[in-house]
This record gives sequence, C-alpha cells and structure tokens, in this order.
Amino acid sequence: MQFGIFSVGDVTPDPTTGRTPTEVERIKAMLTIAQKAEEVGLDVFATGEHHNPPFVPSSPTTMLGYLAAKTDRILLSTATTLITTNDPVKIAEDYAMLQIISDGRVDLMMGRGNTGPVYPWFGKDIRSGLNLAIENYALLRRLWDEEVVDWQGTFRTPLQGFTSTPRPLDGVAPFVWHGSIRSPEIAEQAAHYGDGFFHNNIFWPMEHTRKLVLYYRRRFEHYGHGGADQAIVGLGGQVFMRASSQAAVDEFRPYFDNAPVYGHGPSLEEFTEQTPLTVGSPQQVIDRYASMRDEVGDYQRQLFLMDHAGLPLKTVLEQLDLLGGEVVPALRKELGARRPAHVPDAPTHASLVAARRAAGVTPGEVPTALDHWTGRSAEDDAAAADAVTVRGPA
Amino acid sequence: MSDRTIAAISAGLNQPSSTRLLADRLADATVTELEMRGLSATVETFELRDVAHEILNAMLTGFPSGDLRAVLESVTGADGLIAVTPLFTTTYSGLFKTFVDILDKDSLEGVPVMLGATGGTARHSLALEYSMRPLFTYLHADVARTSLFAATDDWSGEDDARGGLHTRIRRAGREFAEMVAGHEKAVPIDLYTDAPTFDQMFGQL
Repeated sequence: MQFGIFSVGDVTPDPTTGRTPTEVERIKAMLTIAQKAEEVGLDVFATGEHHNPPFVPSSPTTMLGYLAAKTDRILLSTATTLITTNDPVKIAEDYAMLQIISDGRVDLMMGRGNTGPVYPWFGKDIRSGLNLAIENYALLRRLWDEEVVDWQGTFRTPLQGFTSTPRPLDGVAPFVWHGSIRSPEIAEQAAHYGDGFFHNNIFWPMEHTRKLVLYYRRRFEHYGHGGADQAIVGLGGQVFMRASSQAAVDEFRPYFDNAPVYGHGPSLEEFTEQTPLTVGSPQQVIDRYASMRDEVGDYQRQLFLMDHAGLPLKTVLEQLDLLGGEVVPALRKELGARRPAHVPDAPTHASLVAARRAAGVTPGEVPTALDHWTGRSAEDDAAAADAVTVRGPA
Repeated sequence: MSDRTIAAISAGLNQPSSTRLLADRLADATVTELEMRGLSATVETFELRDVAHEILNAMLTGFPSGDLRAVLESVTGADGLIAVTPLFTTTYSGLFKTFVDILDKDSLEGVPVMLGATGGTARHSLALEYSMRPLFTYLHADVARTSLFAATDDWSGEDDARGGLHTRIRRAGREFAEMVAGHEKAVPIDLYTDAPTFDQMFGQL
C-alpha cells in the first residue's frame, strides 16, 4: 500500500499570527515539504493544479520536474490534473517528459477542478465539463498508447498522423487515477479503463465515500479488469498530531476554526466525528485510518493533506516526522497483515513494464515500416492533406 | 404500518410556538380527513430550531449531520409535507429558507405540500402567495390550493362558520388529505440507478 501527501497549495494566513506567506514562500515550502516526504519514508507526493489565487501550483510539471531531480525514490503525482481544461496533447507530452526525467516515478490523477470559472480561462465551457473529461481522456489514452494518432472529436481541432513526443518511457504510459467526490460518471470512467479511482473524502462522511467507491468496484469488475476487491482505490485523509491528543486539539483549533473550507461552521469535535479529519495522538490517527478499509475494502493509496489552512512550514515538517516516523509504519504493518494476497498493489512503472513484458510486448519497439518522423507518408492521407491545404488562390 | 406518512416542519422559534401549534392543527385536520377516507396516517413533526446548527453546518460543509439526517429523510420520504413558518420582515424566516435550500432540488418533486404561516396581523397573509408558494412551485412540489395564515387575532378563540381559523384549518386539511390520499409515492431517486454507462457517455459526445 502506498502512503503519501497531497497539497492544494493554498496561500492562507496563519490565524495565530495573522501573517500570510508570499507566493514565493509558499511554493518553496511545497518543494521543502515534498522532499521531506521522501526523507520520512512516504511513497507519494502529489500537487494540486489551480489557476486562481489563493492557490499557487499552476504549473505541476515544472514543480514535479524539479522534485524529480531532488529526490530518488518518491512517486510524483497530481491531485488533480485538469483533464477538462488542459489540452490532452499537452498533458500527453508533459507527463511523458516527466516520466523520462523521473525514471518512471510519476503517475497522475485526473479531475475536473474545483471552480467553475476555470473553464473560460482556458477557452472551455463548464456546461461541457463531463463531456470534456470523457473525450479529452479518451484522446490522452490514445496519444500515449498509439504511436500515430488520427483523431476527430468535439472539443479540439482534429489530429492527422500525430505522434506525441516523447513517447512514454519503455512504451508504458503513466498510471492514471480519476478523482471525484460525487460523480458516478467519473467512477464509471475509471472502471471502464481499469484505471484507479481516488475519492478525496476529507470533507465528507465515510458512508458517502463508501457508496461511490463500491460503485467503482462493481463497475471495475463489470468491465473485466478483475474482481471488485481488486480495483485500485485511493482515499484522502487529513490529520493533525501531537504526542498528547489535548495538545493536538489546542494547537490545531485556531487553524480549523478559520480554515477556508469548513471554518466558521461545525465545531472541530463535530467535524472530526463526521469526516476523516483526525486531531490527536499518532495512535488515534493509526486507529482511525486502520479502520477505513472496513468501509471501502482494502485499498491501494492513502494520501494525507498536511500543509493547509495557514499551518507554518515548521509545523508541517514536524507533522511529517510523526506521519512517516510513527503512523505510516504502523499502518503498513496493520493493513498489510489484514490484506488478502489477491488484492494487488497500485500499479507502478516497474509493475506496468513487467506486465507488458509478460504479455510479450518488448518495450521501445518502433514500427519501422512507417515514416520515420510522422509514422506515415503524406500519400497515405491525401484527403486529409487536401482538407487543410487546398483552399484555392491565396 | 400506516397507509400514509406526513412530515410537518415548523420554523417557529418560541416555546410554546404558535407556528408549531398551527402545524399541529393542520396535521390533526389532515389525519382526521384521511381517516374519514379509510386511510391511517402517521405524522412526524420537526421544529427546525432543534436542528438549526446542523442546517447551517450542512450549508457550509455540503452534507447533513446529526439529527438533521433523520429530519431530511422523513421530509423527503413522506407522502405529504406540511411546511409552516413565521413571517419575518415580509417573508418566511431565514431558518426556514436555509432548510429549504439544503434540500435536494428534486426531492419534493410531485410531493403534496401544504403551506402555513403565522404573523402579527392579517395584513401579512399574502406573503404565503407571493413568497412561499413560488418557492415550492420552483421545487415542483404539488402545492395545495389553500394555504393557511394565522394572525395573533386568529388564536383568540372566536370562530364563525365562514372564515374563522378552525373552519379554515378544516378546509385546508380536507383538501390536503385528498391530495395525500391520491399521491403515488415515487421510487426514491438514487444517484447510482440512473448513472450512465461509459458507452452512453462516449456515444453522446
């Protein structure tokens, strides 16, 4: 099972000091936090993608590319990549590039974003949100899985004989998760492809999460990718820890009370009871998160939100020490012991390459019969060429 | 098990509350009329004040918690809803509206609803027609023709055959009982029953 952290990259005033970090400070803090995650033995760092204040991470592959060079082992991911407003051609290129730079230490989580206005910022229409997610991802898959792609869809200009470069590392695309908190359509999409499904349940009661995850599991089995209990599931999490639970509650309360998402609403006590937020000792966190599998079945990835609501960097790094030092080793042991042998781990680059080899496909094979540059000759597609070039006298 | 279930919500704030009293009277009248038609009925009455914090929290977090869950289940699963609010500053109270705002927008579709309001004087009675009724029309509820306004004077006990409170409550109850009696319960809408398959989604692009 993989354990890691995901960051929204929010710039939020520290309610105890009133100080707001600068964008520069926040971005550098994210880089420090990601490297710390590797240092304390976590498996995954995922960054959000946002294009509006108060969030900073608008350029995930720039950030993850830097981290690829500064780290050796940790898997670099997103939470989430906007499959709706990014051009799938650019996603295909950017993440294949990142895959090579990081030696395969990359996967992605697709999402539709958290704010409606983002659509027009990138020339898209929010009313097509779901359709964009379906069509763009279908194209992205083909760009990674096929050398040469002819494409015509609703939302972008057609592609003729297009090859996305660089090609995915070892001929294997990064593993993809689809994130959604309330759309069975996205669970269906993930199940159709046999991709992972991530429920960011941090603001939701578990029975809500449970329904959507179990729906994904049923559909995963329906599409023949394996048993429902072999579907690839990830969950969000949110914790704050100190040695004593009272110290944790006292220190976290002002951050909770003023947090952008749930602040000034339910009390800390109510919210911890109703959602996976756990504020207390490391042992309380272990107990709570060891029980998540009872709701959703054995799952493959647990990501925690640790740097948010204005918590200072120093505090976040202390939290990561507790997470990596005490909580995750205990959870690995406990969940590992309870997990049946036929439940797979989340796919990694190594496992995907191995599966491909086992299926008899040699990595890196280039179809030699085709044109070296485009994969086909102009004569193959005279009609398409005419369509874009024959326009009468200029 | 009864033949029909009726949920009544009262947004009254005082204890005792004339809004709650009106809700109870309307519910009693409806049950009596249903019994005359050979149907037994159960009434569940809720004071929104008891779940006021949960209502606001649901607005802020997006999910209901605590006792509010049972209230929502009862209100959206009933064969008929009696909704009664005090009139504050020309219209339903903010608490009442916030409760309506957290209802799923499809949850009252086709459901018989009887409207009631309380206020200081009869000069406010049309608020039922210009603000309460459009609210439930928007939700596609089946709103009873007769709504019931009770001013302070109405509780004084005097009644006459033509327009007194008791007479009006009986008429409202009779009308509402007929709607509830004829109401066919819809199958509860589940997020997943109608979820499209991948082929359906891809096919409609």
